[in-house]
Amino acid sequence: MYNERLQNVSVLGAAGKMGSGILLLTAVEMADLQLKPENKNKSFCLNAIDVSPQALTGLYGYLKSQLKKIAEKKLIQLREVYKENRELIENSEIIDQYVDDVLKLVLFSTKVESTYESSIIFEAIVENSDIKVATFKQILANSKKDPWFLTNTSSVPIGELDEKAEMKGKILGFHFYNPPAVQKLVELITTKNTNPELIEFSKIYAKNLRKVLVPSNDFAGFIGNGHFMRDMLFGIKQATQLSKEMSLPEAIYAVNRVSQDFLIRPMGIFQLMDYVGVDVCQKILIVMSSRLNKSELHSDLIDKLISLDIKGGQNSDGSQKPGILKYEKGKPVAIYSIDKKEYVPIESFQKNVDAKLGQLPASHKPWKDIVGNKQKESLLVGYFKELKSMSTIGASLAKEYHLSSKNIGLELVSDKISDNADNVNTVMLTGFFHAYGPINSYLD
Amino acid sequence: MRRKVYMTAGYNTISLGSGRKEFNPKKPRPGIEHYIKEAGQATLKMVGGAKNVDESVIGNFMSSRFVKQAHLGAFAPMIDEGLKHKPSLSVEGACASGGLALTSGIRSVLAETADVVLAIGVEVQNTVKAIYGADILAGAGWFADRKDGHAYFFPGQFSNRAGAYFEKYGREKTRQAFAVWFKNAIENARLCPTAQEYENKVEDLIGLALTEPNPKGFTDHLNVFDCSKVSDGASSIAILSEEGLAKAGIPKSEAVEIVGWALVTDDITKQPEDPTVLSTVGQAAKKALANAKITVNDLATIEMHDCFSVAGLLTVEALGLAKPGEGADYIINGNTARNGKLPFNTTGGLIGWGHPTGGTGVHQAVTIWEQLTGKAGAAQITIPQNRSYGMTLNMGGDDKTVVAIVYKRAE
Ligand SMILES: NC(=O)c1ccc[n+]([C@@H]2O[C@H](COP(=O)([O-])OP(=O)(O)OC[C@H]3O[C@@H](n4cnc5c(N)ncnc54)[C@H](O)[C@@H]3O)[C@@H](O)[C@H]2O)c1
Repeated sequence: MYNERLQNVSVLGAAGKMGSGILLLTAVEMADLQLKPENKNKSFCLNAIDVSPQALTGLYGYLKSQLKKIAEKKLIQLREVYKENRELIENSEIIDQYVDDVLKLVLFSTKVESTYESSIIFEAIVENSDIKVATFKQILANSKKDPWFLTNTSSVPIGELDEKAEMKGKILGFHFYNPPAVQKLVELITTKNTNPELIEFSKIYAKNLRKVLVPSNDFAGFIGNGHFMRDMLFGIKQATQLSKEMSLPEAIYAVNRVSQDFLIRPMGIFQLMDYVGVDVCQKILIVMSSRLNKSELHSDLIDKLISLDIKGGQNSDGSQKPGILKYEKGKPVAIYSIDKKEYVPIESFQKNVDAKLGQLPASHKPWKDIVGNKQKESLLVGYFKELKSMSTIGASLAKEYHLSSKNIGLELVSDKISDNADNVNTVMLTGFFHAYGPINSYLD
Repeated sequence: MRRKVYMTAGYNTISLGSGRKEFNPKKPRPGIEHYIKEAGQATLKMVGGAKNVDESVIGNFMSSRFVKQAHLGAFAPMIDEGLKHKPSLSVEGACASGGLALTSGIRSVLAETADVVLAIGVEVQNTVKAIYGADILAGAGWFADRKDGHAYFFPGQFSNRAGAYFEKYGREKTRQAFAVWFKNAIENARLCPTAQEYENKVEDLIGLALTEPNPKGFTDHLNVFDCSKVSDGASSIAILSEEGLAKAGIPKSEAVEIVGWALVTDDITKQPEDPTVLSTVGQAAKKALANAKITVNDLATIEMHDCFSVAGLLTVEALGLAKPGEGADYIINGNTARNGKLPFNTTGGLIGWGHPTGGTGVHQAVTIWEQLTGKAGAAQITIPQNRSYGMTLNMGGDDKTVVAIVYKRAE
């Protein structure tokens, strides 16, 4: 079943941030199947479909360079795979051949009609329920196969898509994290209706891709964005309150620093918003607040930023575009001022604000020294104990933030979005690279 | 020997590559000409300029692939215009290319076709990622074996040797000896400012070296700490007759005398008869020592070809310092350490100092010259009166071309 299904696959939105990664991983998985001796005479086809022809051209370059890196990494296995081909002798020849063999599977197309022969369809087009539904309907009405759909939606409930497009359980949420080729986490969202064979397929696929699969229940935002969005709103609230004592850019700087340095996270909350895209955050909030009927899932600040065209997101080379923060070589250097409609250099107020926040606990180590550390647990216990005993503004903000993050986690469990605390923690550890899960007892 | 032959005026560039502060794989680096020039000019300066040099020889392995440049002999006049229209050639014998440059110079002095020869060894290897570098270095083996060899061909060859040794004599103690080898190499390198591992700050070297090999990413029996690194660098030294020394105005106390040497080869198309033995290394050492009319017990120090830790161990046995199967004890008991019975590789060797492949043979000679003339700085060891000889062993390929040279301080 698995092999057959994978003989003809389509990725919709293949040139996008998520689609390109999904395409790459799927291409490699399909090529590895094809290169098995028993599959020599079977044909495999992967349709890379995107409405934007320019973007597809860029996709070719991305695939080629990434495939080369992948081949270099697994060369020892590849020499084994190509053992019988006596003409391929040097590593470089084997690498080139592999890149070629994978690329040969990929057909680039701008037409949704290309999906009609596919048994598996990954969907990673814009986060818009109506467009997704319309696309699914069109495919189901015309497909020559009985396709299964794996959607990458960040927020739209799967049940809603299933019902509106009349998919009879042939869809599930297979929610990769950005960038899919790197991030280990995939959230798996199924409903009562989901076809068990499709679930089985997804599990094998995830395993072959060496992903960590975490089940989430079918509530808008799921676990990952469920936590992130609420965490973000808390950060915005904290900054807004703080802006009574300082300018808003200063307050944003302060909270960004608290959520990164004081909480030992890979990046501050405002930088994370830029990384994901302020516009994407807005879209996710809209879907979540309407589906969950929670009007508090909304931010005036985000709406304001979007109206001023402050969006963040990444350039095609993976570098960060300016958003709430402006970056040089990946490091924040300025913060956007809504009043002045320009970026204010961090330098101009950094000393003052840092002095107000106060020192980091003496036992502080940056995230990168903690995350892979063998003594991580004891280091964190010691660190938070020290933080707890401090009463500087920075420490107080950090403690509030930390507790809010924990409560958000607990709520995801009590609201039955996550089956248990472990799943919440795994999502934040693997999908957001946190050094520790939000549901912890460090500050108890 | 029909004529006295000396070496002096040695010089090493840094060994550039991962581990050195200056090294950034994403930034442009000096080209091969830079290394040839830096090393060559330093030696010329010490011998009173190019006017005193009769001939140049450059040892290099694979510049034709690493930097797409062949015909290195013609770089000599770039070092100094004074070398224009004088003889210059390049020689190749895989990782023994540097050693071949030395023997080429020695022969010319013996043949009385030169009184002063400038010998340089050079390699620039960081131009490609290690996985492609492995293709290039595989040229030191027989190409017909490449297809069925390991992705990292040479580490694979020596991993097979290590595997055979483990099987015959036991794994645990042998791995322990490899770890001690690594520790000695790094600690020696920390004493030599040009060494690639000069700034290595790792505390638990033994623990690091005992990292389990990972066959999925590298070889079955060796980890990366068992291997010499990827290096860019050059070394140079002058080879002279007695007249040459006089012409250069260098007192004998500043020079070493070559008292014996051997160049030994074996059939590249054949696999080793016994993978637990480096027979060509053994032969070369034996001949050179016999030539010098001394035994291994007369050596104060030795610079040998530890391209892999296992090569270090097998060389200990090939030299007869330990019986087959007992090399590990010899190393573990500290005999090869800088304060041991016979200090090996006092500036780190290939694992610690670095291994710019075609440059290594010359680098070894420079180190011995420094040690025997008291110029080794922080890395200086004491040379006992009654054991005042030094030896270099430079190996090309998997025990296929070996140059052994015996030195003593000139009188
Ligand atoms: N960016 C993230 O961090 C992230 C993480 C997880 C999930 N997601 C979800 O993944 C999906 C894609 O997001 P993205 O960030 O990759 O967006 P993106 O804008 O980078 O990519 C979307 C791609 O789809 C193409 N497209 C749009 N409509 C199409 C159609 N009808 N048919 C074919 N192609 C079409 C676009 O040209 C674009 O290349 C969304 O559902 C999003 O919520 C995003």
